[in-house]
Amino acid sequence: MSITAALGDSVAGVSAEPPRRRARRAHLFLLGPGVVYLLLFFVVPVGALLATSLYVPVPGGDVGEYQPAFHWQNYVDSLTQFWPALLRSFWFAFLATVAALVIGYPMAYVIAVRARGRRLLQGLLLVLVVAPFFTSFILRTIAWKQILADDAFVVTALHFLHLLPADARLTATPFAVVSGLTYNFLPFMVLPIFAALERLDSRLLEAGADLYASPATTFRTVTWPLSMPGVVAGTLLVFIPAAGDYVNASLLGNNTNTTMIGQVIDARFFKVLDYPTAASLSVVLMVAILVLVGVYVRRSGTEDLL
Amino acid sequence: MTSTSTAPAGTADATGGAALELTGVTKAFGQFVAVDDLTLAVPSGSFFALLGPSGCGKTTTLRMVAGLEQPSAGTITLGGQDVTGTRAHQRPVNTVFQSYALFPHLTVGENVAFGLKRSRAKDVAARVADGLDLVELGHLADRKPSQLSGGQQQRVALARALVNRPALLLLDEPLGALDLKLRRQMQLELKRIQTEVGLTFVHVTHDQEEAMTMADTVAVMNHGRIEQLGSPADLYELPRTAFVANFLGQSNLVAGTVTERLTKRGLLGVDVRGTRVLVPTERAVSSDGAVLVGARPEKMRLLVGDQAPGRGDNVLGPGTVTDVSFMGVSTQYQVEIPGLGTFGVFAQNLLGGATVTVGTSVRLAWAVDFTFGLDGAQARDDGAVDLDDEP
Repeated sequence: MSITAALGDSVAGVSAEPPRRRARRAHLFLLGPGVVYLLLFFVVPVGALLATSLYVPVPGGDVGEYQPAFHWQNYVDSLTQFWPALLRSFWFAFLATVAALVIGYPMAYVIAVRARGRRLLQGLLLVLVVAPFFTSFILRTIAWKQILADDAFVVTALHFLHLLPADARLTATPFAVVSGLTYNFLPFMVLPIFAALERLDSRLLEAGADLYASPATTFRTVTWPLSMPGVVAGTLLVFIPAAGDYVNASLLGNNTNTTMIGQVIDARFFKVLDYPTAASLSVVLMVAILVLVGVYVRRSGTEDLL
Repeated sequence: MTSTSTAPAGTADATGGAALELTGVTKAFGQFVAVDDLTLAVPSGSFFALLGPSGCGKTTTLRMVAGLEQPSAGTITLGGQDVTGTRAHQRPVNTVFQSYALFPHLTVGENVAFGLKRSRAKDVAARVADGLDLVELGHLADRKPSQLSGGQQQRVALARALVNRPALLLLDEPLGALDLKLRRQMQLELKRIQTEVGLTFVHVTHDQEEAMTMADTVAVMNHGRIEQLGSPADLYELPRTAFVANFLGQSNLVAGTVTERLTKRGLLGVDVRGTRVLVPTERAVSSDGAVLVGARPEKMRLLVGDQAPGRGDNVLGPGTVTDVSFMGVSTQYQVEIPGLGTFGVFAQNLLGGATVTVGTSVRLAWAVDFTFGLDGAQARDDGAVDLDDEP
């Protein structure tokens, strides 16, 4: 349609279909593929998961045979049995998030602010941050197992320096699991903080200095609040997958005091074939994360920053 | 503005500001010397303008005074105290930035309170309210900067700096982003606030009109050096370099050679392509050899036909009128004199509009007293601003 014809339509308002409705149809058309995809691969499975969480065993049936029911007791049973693993998951995820923030923020700051204007250096550093993704998640975690192994240099060195008691080890400890989580999800912390700091106008830092704020005060009152959107995004991107992770817990932990909820769900689904318990734990994990994230985003008040 | 009379700003604890002195200040960025051996004294309580084209070193000078850059050499003293080497947050100096640099995550009120909180001042809330009243923005204290217009943001930036009662307030082209009408209004307001609070203001600008209307003293900068320093009227009436003559207003300059000295009358006789032009000796930079003779366009008159010049007038011409622009209060003529170049003449429209048409043969006459003489070794159009290039 020509521009003049379109103008004529909107001015005269005689068209059978007003432009606004046409625009709305275009929006729907653009959203279409995503909506279909999410319906097929998210809404339907979540529905199935919710249904499965209420199933009961078929009377006299084989192991792994269940039938539809509304057996809410499944939730009570699985929570009474596995609440320590659930709590531990959130605790480990929290520790890993804090560690990733402490390690990742300075990295993002150096790349975004200190290396500002040096495109090549910035690009190189960003590639280094993302480089671990070039190899498989499992491989990297197994590599960590090697690094933390009893006869590897880290433990030997710590023993030699008497920082670690002679009979202590690193693998199969909470420390190993949290280290693995921190390492694996660190890029998800660095990248959003980098994006937020990249946009930071350095003239605001000069304004801070001009208004009697020392560099530390300028950081606290200007840089940090302005990087909050990145910090919130980064902490969410680390916390959520870390809370449900089972690879680190099983490869680096595999001990009764390191069991995370992801491991339990994995075992219930694929080893014990206890689908209702696995499904109910998945639902609890999902709801708990939703509630925690909701409270966190609201408390951090980032919505009016952008 | 009526609200300001009730505000204690400037009346209750007017410190009068501090004098600023720069001695031999040089700033080099690698090979490039931005500020070259600059020595400058700004008396306390004055409104001082650093005027120059972009890249002349005026902003670098300002940043060194603010403490955002350190000079490569030289010293900066403030109120008699050497502040060279101290950092920005340690200096009793505040800046109104060209970009305003308001904190986007803070409200207008919090922006204004920022400096007071850092210096642990008392009565922060009351002083913020007074500061915002001074710029007539008291009702917008709870807004975010992004919700304000450009002019309002500019006034918040001004309030944020002023509220701290700095010994010295620096203005880095703060009016550059405003439209013409708002800029004129803010110029008058800034001048009024400066008189009211009695602080020392140093204003950096490339707008010669802005510098002349606002400042007590103007320093014209070029290539990292000061070309001339004085009151706006002095600079305008008696420029000492071709750069100043052309950058500050417009000038008609012609090259000539000093041929006689009329010591008794205090005049120099200059030969301009066969015509004798007289220059008062005390208005000439050099009294022999090649000189540039100049006069401002509004001092010149057009002589049509055999119209006689006034007694003791300098006369050049004849030439041809090539352009006539009616400007309302005045008419601007361009006159081409063969061998001498183009001259501008501004005539007041006392008796209606233009009296001379394009193509008319005219001569130019102006009083000897308004003639000035410059060093002849300079380019005639040094510092002339091409209006199309203005940012």
